[in-house]
Amino acid sequence: MNRFPNHRFLPYGLVLPSVAVIFIFLIIPFGQAIYLSFHRVSPFGALRNVGWRNYVEMFASSEYLFSFRNTMIFSVLVIGVGLTIALCIALLTTQKIRGAAFYQIAFIWTYAMSPIIAGVMWSLIFDPSIGIMARLISSATGFSINYFTDPVAAFLLVTAASVWVMLGYNICFFVAGLQNVPHELKEAAWIDGATTWQTFWVVTFPMLSPTTAFLVFVNTVYAFFQSFGMIDVVTQGGPNRATEFLIYKIYRDGFGRMQEGQAAAQSVFLFVLIAVVGAVQIYTSTRKAVYHR
Amino acid sequence: MKRKTINTVLTHAILIITLVAVAFPMYYAFVMATHTHQDAYAFPPILRPGNQLWNNLKEAWVRVNMGRLLTNSSIIAVVVAFGKIVFSILAAFAFTHFKFRGNWFLFPLCMVTQMMPLPVRVIPLYRMMANWNWLNTYRALTIPYFASTTGIILFRQFYLTVPEELADAARVDGATPMKYLWHILLPLSWTNVAALLVIEFVYMWNEYLWPNIATTAADMRVAQIGLRMLYTSERGAAEWHIIMAGLLIIMLPPLIVLIIFRRQFAQGIAMQTTK
Repeated sequence: MNRFPNHRFLPYGLVLPSVAVIFIFLIIPFGQAIYLSFHRVSPFGALRNVGWRNYVEMFASSEYLFSFRNTMIFSVLVIGVGLTIALCIALLTTQKIRGAAFYQIAFIWTYAMSPIIAGVMWSLIFDPSIGIMARLISSATGFSINYFTDPVAAFLLVTAASVWVMLGYNICFFVAGLQNVPHELKEAAWIDGATTWQTFWVVTFPMLSPTTAFLVFVNTVYAFFQSFGMIDVVTQGGPNRATEFLIYKIYRDGFGRMQEGQAAAQSVFLFVLIAVVGAVQIYTSTRKAVYHR
Repeated sequence: MKRKTINTVLTHAILIITLVAVAFPMYYAFVMATHTHQDAYAFPPILRPGNQLWNNLKEAWVRVNMGRLLTNSSIIAVVVAFGKIVFSILAAFAFTHFKFRGNWFLFPLCMVTQMMPLPVRVIPLYRMMANWNWLNTYRALTIPYFASTTGIILFRQFYLTVPEELADAARVDGATPMKYLWHILLPLSWTNVAALLVIEFVYMWNEYLWPNIATTAADMRVAQIGLRMLYTSERGAAEWHIIMAGLLIIMLPPLIVLIIFRRQFAQGIAMQTTK
């Protein structure tokens, strides 16, 4: 570990740039967010301590709870649907088939697309007057869907676009994770008479759990935070606040409605949520390592 | 044997169908960008490309001052990628080659960045930038991003696998740690550097929330904001052919970076998943 014992101060110098950035632009602003969350900000910038009131009001607000519920449904869909599709594709591309390497590369590219780009592309597909999806659905069912007025259509639009934009990244990680599963373990299961299906659930899937946990974390971060651009550009939180997810509400309350204290309380709670998911991820990956020793 | 052939054919069939399905939104956007306003609205929709691509690209370019947007996005994406790479190499080098007090505390601290994405501290950060007069500057769009959990993990994983004898030999030869880092470790790290370049370039090019808040001046706007401006102004006029032409321009740079370094990117991801 200590390969250069005579340089006592150098390592501090080496970590200083990163640590300085973390302190100045992460820890301090986050500390201020916590501080702010216990205050009301007057239009002139004066702070008034209000104790826990911002938090109490937040959890009592039906608007907030509605936003919370929708964010959770959105996250579960993005994670559940997105990871399932990605895992299926990753499993297929890691079979012994010709062109496996080609397929693995060919799916990566959606990673380079931004949420806004995905949102714009999919809003064309869902466009009420010329969108292919809208036309297909209306000719098949007789119902016309319009994401400007129909909350379900808008929700579907942002979910589809999100699953699509995360697909490349998810597949890439699953492929890497699958390639790390030792082949001997699968062979052992086959020799014991397990079917392909059983082998997957007993050997492959548990061995994959650190990758899955990591992807659940990354996709949660996406659903909580990065989806912002898509929402801001395509739906503006509507219709009827159906896509006003937590991050979008923070932005609106903090910058649009100038309720900085309330918005700060919301961001602190959002941090708690993401920290819980992160802790579960770390726990899953470390427990896994111990289990296999 | 027969069963195996059927399975292989089926696997290829499913993969090709999914590939086509995944590529469709992109293809549809491209086709839109090649038509006139009238053809874009034809029913049934025309799904083969037309010949208006160049005109539409020019039109989109002029409407949102694309040159400026692409310049801004390129500057911040390159600077942030460079900054993150340098900062994380230095930190990862410290964490793997030295024993120092505070190590136990500083490493977890660096991992904390992952837990505090910009949105949870956006309001105080905005106030801070306003107080420092950093709004509408490249500083505000780059420096707050310089710490990278992903980068530190990526380089740390790799440096842990470098044989200790290499550093010992360098030390015996009288090389200082920085010389060792520069002449021996860095040339071994190019795969990771390229992987991180892709990750951070794509990330920064696609960043929207903070540039949207930290800039108001037209000449400081970035590409993603340009796409929003194009989309919100032209959707009312239903000029999908212009919107999609703009979209094609804006998505191209990160896509090119990813395609160039796709192998290094895949290797970098493989390295991140091995503990």
